[in-house]
Amino acid sequence: MIARLGRGLIAPASAAVVALTVSSIALAISGNNPITAFVEMWKTIDSSESVVLIINRAVPYYVAGVAVAIGFRMNLFNIGANGQYTLAALLAASAGAAVSLPAPLHVAFILVIAVAVGSLWAAIAGILKVTRGVNEVISTIMLNYIATGITAFLVAEYLRNPDTILVAETRKLPESARLPSLNPLLELVGINIGGNAKLFGFLPFAIALGIGYHLLLNRSRFGYELRVSGSNPAAARAAGINPKAMVLKAIILSGAVAGLVGMSALLADPQFHKYGDQFPKTLGFTGIALALLGRNHPGGVAVAALVWATIERATQRLSPLGIPQEIGVILQGSFLLAAVVAYEVVRRRNAEATAREAARITASSPPPPSARTPEVTP
Amino acid sequence: MSVPRSSRGWLWAALAGVVIMSLARLFADNADLTSAGTFGVAIRTAAPIALAGLAGLYAERSGTVNIGLEGMMIMGTIFAGWWGWQMGPWMALVGGIVGGLLGGLLHALATVTFGVNHIVSGFAINLIAPGVARFMANQLFVGQPGGSVTNSPGNSSSLGRFTMPFTSGGDLFGWTTPNVLGWFERQRWFVVADLAGLGRGVTSNLSYDVLLVVMVFVASVFVLWRTPFGLRLRAAGERPSAADSLGVSVIRMRYYGMAISGGLAGMGGAVLVLFTNRYQEGQTGGRGFLGLATLIVGNWRPAGVAAGAGLFGYFQGITLRVQPERLVRALVLAAAMALVVAAVVAVWRRRFAVVVWASALAAAGFLAYAMADRPNNQFVYITPYLVTLVVVSVGGQRLRPPAQAGLPWRKGAQI
Repeated sequence: MIARLGRGLIAPASAAVVALTVSSIALAISGNNPITAFVEMWKTIDSSESVVLIINRAVPYYVAGVAVAIGFRMNLFNIGANGQYTLAALLAASAGAAVSLPAPLHVAFILVIAVAVGSLWAAIAGILKVTRGVNEVISTIMLNYIATGITAFLVAEYLRNPDTILVAETRKLPESARLPSLNPLLELVGINIGGNAKLFGFLPFAIALGIGYHLLLNRSRFGYELRVSGSNPAAARAAGINPKAMVLKAIILSGAVAGLVGMSALLADPQFHKYGDQFPKTLGFTGIALALLGRNHPGGVAVAALVWATIERATQRLSPLGIPQEIGVILQGSFLLAAVVAYEVVRRRNAEATAREAARITASSPPPPSARTPEVTP
Repeated sequence: MSVPRSSRGWLWAALAGVVIMSLARLFADNADLTSAGTFGVAIRTAAPIALAGLAGLYAERSGTVNIGLEGMMIMGTIFAGWWGWQMGPWMALVGGIVGGLLGGLLHALATVTFGVNHIVSGFAINLIAPGVARFMANQLFVGQPGGSVTNSPGNSSSLGRFTMPFTSGGDLFGWTTPNVLGWFERQRWFVVADLAGLGRGVTSNLSYDVLLVVMVFVASVFVLWRTPFGLRLRAAGERPSAADSLGVSVIRMRYYGMAISGGLAGMGGAVLVLFTNRYQEGQTGGRGFLGLATLIVGNWRPAGVAAGAGLFGYFQGITLRVQPERLVRALVLAAAMALVVAAVVAVWRRRFAVVVWASALAAAGFLAYAMADRPNNQFVYITPYLVTLVVVSVGGQRLRPPAQAGLPWRKGAQI
């Protein structure tokens, strides 16, 4: 187990070394001492306030990562999480502001709408794929832009808050639809956070989502079928798993989770509680990066989301020191690219080792011709 | 007729398009719909999209799917903004190519050498490029007069402009020639004035970089289909093992393909920089993805890419004109009429599902034209993506992407 974990960490560790080297070079070129920069970064994140801010940032990232990971498990690229969640957040925000319900029901109502909109928008790509053979990469890219246009149109014309004249945004959610901060809970267990940082109330939902994803993947029949279909389509077909139904289910499930991406900002971030110009709109792309880094694993994606958010927080206070803050994006980008290359190199090496091993075994004891299994042709 | 059979359908479609646009101009009473000014802006906005599409074409024809076009365009804009500011507009073009080339080679290294999934690598490049651009802008432009982290100080001068003599009234050795097409355009005759507007739009007041884009397209058709290099490049994307068995280095071809692809995408970024005369953060605005859309709509052919880019460029261009809402409204009318024609053709071909869809959409279009005095610009914004989605859904069987585009290949593999 530990040996397996160690082997699994070789690729991310070497990617981290590459990322640190690349960003050190970039810092050196820009005339900054890399050591000073990294020390400053550490100083920024070394406080309980920063930890809270990092977690707040990581929560929507994690939801986006899980949404994309579900698709990846089926070899589906859901590039369209952006469109799915912005549309979902807009419609959920305006529906939530329009009704008055008791608090838990109100939150549930908004979540249900978000999930429904996300899955319906993703279903378009799924239906096009199974009925017309349209590659989901193409359709989800196009659907992203179409969703951008539709949300901009809707928020400008129909779902706009009539009281704000200058900016097009929805009405703020009423108190009953807002998730409270988790700070009182933390104080109960004796953690006092300095500064004004508030731990957003959407964190338990994200944790539940991660556990649900783990159970679905590893403890359910659907998860088994998903993993088989993704890793060996021919075997899945031979086992009687309907590939088209699996594609449709996986893409809709991915869209359903994507619908939740904007919920942390909408329900729990005091800065929002509404959909408008400032609402984050490209978290879906971050989700792709995190699913890739975390290898679609519920825990791996969580670690990736935390790393991502940590880098962003760490670089936030660099600019006043004359160190370019954009080093964070370079750190993230080179880490991602190095990691996918490292994963691929490790995968190839393992595949070659397996092939050698198989060749050694078959060479020592050739099977009788009658015992050969017929090849499954797709 | 000497026109090949396969092209006849396109000729009819083009003719129908001209007649419809002319009718829409008359009914909506908006001469700007087909004016030289509108077409002039359209070819200007089409040029970067066309380059991105051609960049995608070189990549996919050589066997690499390039989702990273957007990132390579961004690299092109930052280098073009830098070199254009330091060394003038022509070097902005060169700088754009160099910037895009770096992105293209990175993609080639990841996909061809290391066998990383093409979508993953392209996506990663799209993620990195804005960061690199911002980092570079911070280093290069901040503190310079007129420069900031979001824009370059501006090019020292702009490229010259070209106007065709005789047809569009360009100068010839200091003598201003007659403007024949302009005269026809002013008569407002049915179809004739619209064609004159189109002709004058694409031949007058053209910046040299747009002319260069046209030449790149002509050269690409020749290189890809009339030279041994083009055959080898396409073989690497269609049947790498066959190319390999004939002594062609598939790896090298795919690197060449990605180098050209990155360079062209970066040049697209440079064309954008030359348009605004400076680098501005985010000025690519999804044109890399739009180029990918033209590649699909254009069925992986240069002429198709050019036509798709022209169409999408026109959509973008009219939003830059005076009173874009009126133009959009006229365009809605044109689209509804085009759908009526499509429905009639579908009845002829006995494709009744298409008849139902086209008639329903046409009815919706006429209704929108009658109801909305000032249609929302967002409809124009989403049109290219909607068109692409419809094309891949309806015409999916007729589209023919390169057989092995996006699949890894290693020497000795039997595909």
